Amino acid sequence: MKDFILKRMVAIILPFICVYGFYVILHGHVSPGGSFAGGIIVGLSLIAYSTIYGIAKGRAKLPEKVLVWTESYGTLWYGLMGMVGIVKGVPFLANKLAGVNLGNPGTLSSGGLISLIGFGVGIRVASTMVTLFFTMMEE
Amino acid sequence: MRIRSFLLLLLALPVIYGVLIAVAELPPYGMPDNPVHNQVSERYISDALDDTGVLNMVTAIVLDYRAYDTMFETIVLFTATLAVVITLKTRKGEGER
Repeated sequence: MKDFILKRMVAIILPFICVYGFYVILHGHVSPGGSFAGGIIVGLSLIAYSTIYGIAKGRAKLPEKVLVWTESYGTLWYGLMGMVGIVKGVPFLANKLAGVNLGNPGTLSSGGLISLIGFGVGIRVASTMVTLFFTMMEE
Repeated sequence: MRIRSFLLLLLALPVIYGVLIAVAELPPYGMPDNPVHNQVSERYISDALDDTGVLNMVTAIVLDYRAYDTMFETIVLFTATLAVVITLKTRKGEGER
């Protein structure tokens, strides 16, 4: 797309959208929102970037190697967080039972494993959106 | 042909009657004494903060009480992406044959 105004507007707005997505992911356990919604917002900012500046530039920002890496290890990260319970001798994916420090409710560090799992799921959803978009646009 | 569709209509009428009776027996929407509001939701509302230390109750249910469900949900996402990439992705130059 060769619209000057659109490009400048997007260049100003997109960083804020991306940062807001990460904010929603990281504050999923304190405020409304969560990892799925935040991941969609992060993925959408990258989709908007590659829609307006062209697929090639979007690919340059996010190489296929990075996407494949997050695709694969995002799911594995979830299982790894679940293994904390097994290492401590309690059921899989246990949080309070595993003796994790739950912290002060309402702060960013509360929730024990929940915030870590949520971050993994958010990254995972974002990379899913971007991979689907790139694959369908390049055909 | 017309007799056949008439017979089919006659067959369908009891089924429609049964479904309408079942819908009429449903509890009214949003009433506090519905069977949906049992001890499970009460347990979540009263104990979610103590069990997980998380203020957002939806996150507490999705990522702690129902963590298995969310885990397989991410695996479903992974499988869907894998299927789309395998179906659509072609190597460069291979499509020209």
